[in-house]
Amino acid sequence: MNLTTTYMGLKLRSPLVPSAAQPLSDDIDSIKRMEDAGAAAIVIYSVFEEQLTQEKLELFHHLTEGTESFAEAQSYFPEPAQFELGPEGYLKHLQKARESVGIPVIGSLNGSTAGGWTSFAKQIQQAGADAVELNIYNIPTDLDLPGSQIEDQYIEVVKAVKAAVTIPVSVKISPFFSNLANMARKLDDAGADGLTLFNRFYQPDVDLETLEVRPNVLLSTPQAMRLPLRWIAILYGRVNASLAATSGIHKPEDMVKMLLAGASVTEVCSVLLRYGINHMRDLEQGLHDWMESHEYESVEQMRGSMSQVNCADPTAYERVQYMRAVTSFNPELYRAKP
Amino acid sequence: MKRVFKTLDGNEAVAYVAYRVNEVIAIYPITPSSNMGEWADQWMSEDKKNIWGTTPSVVEMQSEGGAAGAIHGALQTGALATTFTSSQGLLLMIPNMYKIAGELTPAVFHIAARAIAAQALSIFGDHQDVMSTRATGFGLLSSASVQEAHDFALISSAATLEARIPLLHFFDGFRTSHEVSKIEILPEDVMRAMINMERVREHRQRAMSPDHPVLRGSAQNPDVYFQARETVNPFYSACPAKVQQAMDKFAGLTGRRYNLFDYVGAPDAERVIVLMSSGCEAAHEAVEHLNAQGEKVGLIKVRLYRPLDIKSFTEAFPATTKTIAVLDRTKEPGSAGEPLHLDTVHAIHEAMDSGWGAFSEFPKIVGGRYGLSSKEFTPAMVKAVFDNLAAAKPKNHFTVGINDDLSHTSLPVDPEFSTEPDSVVRAMFYGLGSDGTVGANKNSIKIIGENTDNYAQGYFVYDSKKAGAVTVSHLRFGPDQIRSTYLIGSSNFVACHQTVFLERYDMLKAAKLGGVFLLNTSAPPDKVWDTLPRKVQEDMIAKKLRFFVIDAFKVARESGMGGRINTVMQVCFFGISGVLPREEAIEQIKQSIIDTYGRKGEEIVRMNLKAVDNTLANLHEVAVPGKVTSTLEIPDPIHGDAPKFVHDVLGTMLRNLGDDVPVSKMPCDGTFPTGTCQYEKRNIALEIPVWDSEVCIQCNKCSIVCPHATIRAKIYDPALLKDAPPTFKSCDFKDRDLKGLKFTIQVAPEDCTGCGVCVDFCPAKNKKEVRLKAINMAPQPPLRESERENWEFFEKIPNPDRRKLNPSLIRTQQMQEPLFVFSSACAGCGETPYLKLATQLFGDRMVCGNATGCSSIYGGNLPTTPWSHNGEGRGPAWSNSLFEDNAEFGLGFRLTIDKLNDYAKALLRQMSGQIGDELVKSILESTQKTEADIFDQRERVAALKDKLRGTDSEQAKQLLSIADYLVKKSVWIIGGDGWAYDIGFGGLDHVLASGRNVNVLVLDTEVYSNTGGQMSKATPRGAVAKFAAGGRPGRKKDLGLIAMSYGNVYVASAAMGARDDHTLKSFIEAEAYDGPSLLICYSHCIAHGINMVQGMQEQKLAVDSGQWLLYRYNPELAEKGENPLKLDSRAPKVPVEQYLMRENRFKMLTKSNPDHARLLFKLAQEDATTRYAFYEYMAARKLDGAGEATESK
Repeated sequence: MNLTTTYMGLKLRSPLVPSAAQPLSDDIDSIKRMEDAGAAAIVIYSVFEEQLTQEKLELFHHLTEGTESFAEAQSYFPEPAQFELGPEGYLKHLQKARESVGIPVIGSLNGSTAGGWTSFAKQIQQAGADAVELNIYNIPTDLDLPGSQIEDQYIEVVKAVKAAVTIPVSVKISPFFSNLANMARKLDDAGADGLTLFNRFYQPDVDLETLEVRPNVLLSTPQAMRLPLRWIAILYGRVNASLAATSGIHKPEDMVKMLLAGASVTEVCSVLLRYGINHMRDLEQGLHDWMESHEYESVEQMRGSMSQVNCADPTAYERVQYMRAVTSFNPELYRAKP
Repeated sequence: MKRVFKTLDGNEAVAYVAYRVNEVIAIYPITPSSNMGEWADQWMSEDKKNIWGTTPSVVEMQSEGGAAGAIHGALQTGALATTFTSSQGLLLMIPNMYKIAGELTPAVFHIAARAIAAQALSIFGDHQDVMSTRATGFGLLSSASVQEAHDFALISSAATLEARIPLLHFFDGFRTSHEVSKIEILPEDVMRAMINMERVREHRQRAMSPDHPVLRGSAQNPDVYFQARETVNPFYSACPAKVQQAMDKFAGLTGRRYNLFDYVGAPDAERVIVLMSSGCEAAHEAVEHLNAQGEKVGLIKVRLYRPLDIKSFTEAFPATTKTIAVLDRTKEPGSAGEPLHLDTVHAIHEAMDSGWGAFSEFPKIVGGRYGLSSKEFTPAMVKAVFDNLAAAKPKNHFTVGINDDLSHTSLPVDPEFSTEPDSVVRAMFYGLGSDGTVGANKNSIKIIGENTDNYAQGYFVYDSKKAGAVTVSHLRFGPDQIRSTYLIGSSNFVACHQTVFLERYDMLKAAKLGGVFLLNTSAPPDKVWDTLPRKVQEDMIAKKLRFFVIDAFKVARESGMGGRINTVMQVCFFGISGVLPREEAIEQIKQSIIDTYGRKGEEIVRMNLKAVDNTLANLHEVAVPGKVTSTLEIPDPIHGDAPKFVHDVLGTMLRNLGDDVPVSKMPCDGTFPTGTCQYEKRNIALEIPVWDSEVCIQCNKCSIVCPHATIRAKIYDPALLKDAPPTFKSCDFKDRDLKGLKFTIQVAPEDCTGCGVCVDFCPAKNKKEVRLKAINMAPQPPLRESERENWEFFEKIPNPDRRKLNPSLIRTQQMQEPLFVFSSACAGCGETPYLKLATQLFGDRMVCGNATGCSSIYGGNLPTTPWSHNGEGRGPAWSNSLFEDNAEFGLGFRLTIDKLNDYAKALLRQMSGQIGDELVKSILESTQKTEADIFDQRERVAALKDKLRGTDSEQAKQLLSIADYLVKKSVWIIGGDGWAYDIGFGGLDHVLASGRNVNVLVLDTEVYSNTGGQMSKATPRGAVAKFAAGGRPGRKKDLGLIAMSYGNVYVASAAMGARDDHTLKSFIEAEAYDGPSLLICYSHCIAHGINMVQGMQEQKLAVDSGQWLLYRYNPELAEKGENPLKLDSRAPKVPVEQYLMRENRFKMLTKSNPDHARLLFKLAQEDATTRYAFYEYMAARKLDGAGEATESK
C-alpha cells in the first residue's frame, strides 16, 4: 500500500498533516510525538505580525508606566539587556522543531504589512522551514473597501513573499470570496505552490450573563468538511497549486473523501485536540484499511478521482445540486419525536 | 589610556565600582540607596564579571540587619563583600558593624546618607544615619559629587584592605545618589592596580576554614575585655595614612588628587568653614566667587572623618585662620554641639598642645546645622556663614537655610546672592511623571555629556503624591566642572510640559531676564497669550522672556506616542536652546532613540523618530505683547473652610512655599490634624464617572472599590432635596427595610483621580446600549463646576444612622462614612479600598499602626492626610513607627488599651456608689458587639464623664482621663508584604502568637511597591521583580498557613475584586474575633504592569485560576467542634497562565527568557493546583470532640 503523496513538491510519507494550531505544535515534545504517531509533515502554529507589534507596545507601556514620577520608585521593573520581541522566539522554536524531527516542517505566518510578510517569510526559511504557509486572516469591516481591492492585496502579498523565499509557499484562505475559483486562479498565477482550504475564523459569541462579546474557538465539526470538499473537487486539475484540505476531517473516511476530491494532504487539528495525538495512528490505519478493502494501491491513484473534472456528475458540485437537495428533503425525518 | 566619560547618577557610579571589586553583595531596598543594589542584581543576572573575571553573588535579604549579618559571615569566610544602604537600614546594621570592625575586617559599606525618622520619616539626604555609626569602629569616608563617589568607591575598597579597618563610604542621598552627572569612568585596569592582591590573600588567609580552624567571636570577661578592646589602636592610628596612600596612588593612576582634608580658598584666608559631602561643592563655588570679589575665605573639605587624623586636619588650615565655622548636616539634640563641630574644637585644642598646624592662638570656632532632609544648601547660605564669621560675635550653634523664629538660631541669607556663572546653560522643566519628562531630560544630559566637551548635570525633584505626580527637572550644561549642588535659582530656559501647571506653579519665578519660556498648550499661537494667568503675563513682560509654544500632545498623538510628549519637548529644547547646532542635535536625539528603544522594538523607535520629525514644524515663537491682558488669577490650592493651621501651614506647603514655613509654625512633636486631604483640590482627573440613576441597581460596588473614596452613596429624607442644586441627581432607594428614602451616588469631581475602576467594576449595564453602565466616564472640565456644587450639597446631607445600616450587606454598608478619603495613592490603587473599608466599618474606634511603605506614604506624607474623622470628631488615630517594628508597635497599643480599660473598670467598681450602681453595671456588662451596643456604651460613658466632671476627687479625675477606654477600641496593624513577609515577620509572628486582640491587615502587592518593585517573599513564582530579574524561582510564602498553625489566630485571605462580599465578611469577622486576626488582602499594584483600570479583574482572575485563594480560618468554629477553615474559593476554572499572561511582571519573562518562563509558569500551575488541593483537603476535615481532625466522611 503506497500512502505517499507529493505536496508542493515535498515528498510525504502519507497525506496526514497536523495543521497550524498552537496547542499542537507549541512544544517540541508534542511535535516529536506527532511524528511518532505518523504525521507526514507538520505545520507550526502561526506567528501574527500584529500580535508581535501589539506586544512590543504593551511591553513598552508597562515598562514606562509610573516611572520617573516618584522619588522612591523611579521604575518598577528591572530591564533585561535583551528582549525577544520579534519573531525570534517563534523562529527558535521552528528551528528546534526542524532539528528534532525528520518530517518536513512548515512555518506559518500571519502578517499585516508588506514588510512584515516578506521579512518574516525570509526568516522562516532561514530558520530551516521546508515550506511556509501564509495564513491570510482578516475580517474587512470597512464599508468603503471594495472586494477587488482586498483580492489585490492578497495577490501582492503572495508575490512579495514568493520573491523573497525559495521554499514552497502555500496560502491558507477563507471561502469568503465572490468567486473563489477566480481567486484561486489569481493566487495560482501569483505563484502560490499550495492552497489550503479553508481558514476557520474565531467566531464571536455573546455571553448572555455578562452581556459581553466573547471570541470563541470552537473545534470543527464533521459537517465542516463539506465546504472544502466541494472546492477541492472544483479546483482540482484547474490550478497548478497543490491542494490541502483542512476543516472537519475527523475520520479516516473524511480523509478518503478529500483525497478523492483532489487534496494532496489532509490537515487535522480538532480531532487531535479532542482525542489526542495518538489518534493519528487510527486515522492512518483507517485510511490504509479503506484503501485495502476498496482495492486502491496508492494515494496517487485515488487523488482527484472524484473531482469535478473526473466525476460522473460534475453538476453535483454546483448550484443545481441545491435544487435536488431541496426536492429530496423530507420534513418528516426532522420532526421532533414526542 | 583613553579617557571615557559617561553620564551616570551617583548610585550607578558607586555600584559600578563596588560590583567590580567585590565577590559577595547582600542587599535590601531602602531609598535612596536601592538603586545600587538593583544595579548589582541586574548585572549579576546579565552575568557581568568583576575585575577578577567572576560574577559576584548578589543576594537580597529580609532586612538590612540580615544583609549586615550575611556580609559579616561572607567576610569571615574570606570573601570581599559589600552592601548598600541608608537611614534606618544603616541603623539596623550597627550591631554587625561593631563586630566587623572589632574583628578588623576589611570591607566597605556604601551609604546614600539619609535622614532618620524622628518626629517624622524623611527619605531625603543628611548625615544623621552616618553619624549614628561613629562609635562602631568603621572609618567614615565622605564623597561630595558623583565623580568623587565613583572614585571613593575604589579608594575606600583599596584602603580598607591595607588598613584592616572597615570603611563606610557615604555621599548625600538624592543630591549625589540621584544627581546625573558627566563623570570620567574608572577603567578596570585602574581598579586592578588599586587593589593589592597580597592584602586580599591575607584577608582570605585570616578567614574561617576547617582547614585551618580558629575561634572568633568569643565571650570575654572583666579580666581581659578591656585590654582586648585596646589592641586595635595601632590599626586606627595607621589607617589615615593608608587611606592617604590609596588616594596618592589613585592620583598617580588617574590624575585626580584627593587628600584626607582638602583646602580650597585664599592661602591667607581668615575665615574658614569646615564641612563634608555635597555641601562642599556649593561651598567651593561660593569660596571661589567670594575670593574673586576680594574676600579672603577658605573651605576645608573633610574626606576621612573617621579615624580622624588630627594632625592632617589641623595642618590643612591656613596659618591666617582666625574664625572657623563647622557645618554639620545632622542634629544631635542635647549635645554640646554637632559631631564635626566638637571634633574640630577638640582637634585644634590637641593640635595646639602637640604643636601641629600653624595656629598661634586658638581660633574662634562656631558650629552650625544645615541641609537636613535635603534642605537646599546654596552659595548664598555659604556666604551667610562667612558673614556670620565676620561678625564681632559670631553666632554659635546656628542653623542656615531655615527661618528659626523659635530658638533664633538661623542666619539671615541674602536671596539675591548668586554664583551661577553665565557660561552655564540652566534649564528647568515642569512635567508630569506620566509624560516622560524626566526620562527625556536624562537623555538630553547623556546626549550633551557624551557628545560634547560640555559638563552636564541633572537633578530631579519629584512629588510626594503618587497619583498625578509632578516632576521638576533642573539641568545644567557648561564648559567647566559643575559644582552647583543646589537647585537652579535663575534659569535661561523654563519649560512647562502641562498647561494646567500655569495655574499651580510659579514657574517663572526662576526665569532669568531675557530667558526662554516654552509652553505645551493646545491653544493656537495667536490665541495663547489670553489663556495665560495674569501673573505669568506680568513676569514674561517684566523679564523680557522669549515665548515658544507647541501642541505637544497633538504631535505625540499623531506620531503614535499617546500622552508621552517627552521626545517632542526634548526636540523643542534642543531646537530653541542652541546647546548644540540644531541639525546635530536632531541627529543625536535620533541616535539616542535608537539606542534607548531599539531593544524594545522598531515600532517604538519608529514612532519616536516620527515625533522628532513632526516637532519643529509645530513649534512657534510667539511675540510677547507689551501689556497684561489677563484677569485670570492663580487659584489658592487650599479650598473650603480650612482650619487656620491647615490654611497657614499645610497651605504654604501646597503653594510650594514649604521652605518658608518658620520653625514656630511646625508642630514640635510631629503631631498633625487628620482629615486634611479634603482641603486640597487637585483636579487631576481628565475624566470622572457620571451616574445614571436609571440604570443603577444600587449595589454600591462602585463605592466599595473606589480607591480614593471619591464616589459615595447616601440615602436620605426626600425633603432634603428642596435645596438641591439643579443638576443634583437622585432616585428612590429600593429597599425592603429602609423605605421612603432617596438615594444618590455622587462623585467628588476635584478629588477623583479618574482611575475608572468604579466603571470597570459596575455590574449594571444599559439595556439599550450595552457599552454604557450605571456609571460612565465623561470629561471632567465641563462637569467641574456643577459637580463641585453637587458634591458640596451631598456632603451636607447627613450620613445615615449607622445603627440602621446592615454592615454585612455591601449596599447598606457602603453608606457608612469612609474615614480614609482622597489619598494620594496611585490612580486605581489596589490597597486603599481595603483601608477605606476598614475605616467605614470601624473607623470611629480604630487605632492604627502603619508599617513604612506605600500605605504610610499616601497615608502620612505631608502636606495632607487621607485619614479623617467623622462629624463627632472621632476617627482613626494613626501613626507610623518604623518598617520593621509595626506589629510590635500595634501590640503596644493593645497593651495600653487593655490596661487602661482594666484600670477604668476597677475605678468604676470602686466608685460605683458615687457614680450610680445602675450606670456602672450597664457599662461593665456591655458586650459592645454591634454598632448599636457601641453607640449606647458611648452614651453611657458620656453620662459617666458628666458625673465625674462634677467630682473633685483624684480617683474621679483619674477615671475621667481614661473613661473613653471603656468604649471598644479596635487596634489595626497595617502594612505591606515587605513588612509582613520579610522585615517585620519575626515581630508579626510574635504578636500573632501573643493571643492579643489585634487586627493585622496585610496589603499584599507581592512586591516592595513603595521602593520600586523589589522582590519580597510574597512575590509569586515566575514574577519578574527587581532582585529577581530572571523571574522569582521559588514559591510565594504561605503566610496564612503559618498563622493558622497557632490555632488561635483568625486568618482570612481576601481579594475584593474576586468577591467583595467575602472581603466584607472577613473584615467583620476579623474585627469581631477576640484575639489576633490576620487579613491578607490581594492588592493589585502599578508594579504588576497591569492596566490599572482593570485591577479588580486581575484580582478575579487570580482567584479563578487558583493563583490566589479565598478562605477564612476562624478559631471560634473549632471551639464549636467545627472545622475552622472555610475554603471560599471554588476549584480553579482557568489555567494559571491565562492570569500570568495578563500581567507584565510575568509576561515580560516570556520576552526576556522564554524557556525559563515556560518552566516557571508550569511550576506556578503546579503550585496553584497543589495549594488548592491541600486547602480543600484541610477544609474538608471534620473535627471530633477533642478538636482532632479526622477524615471527612
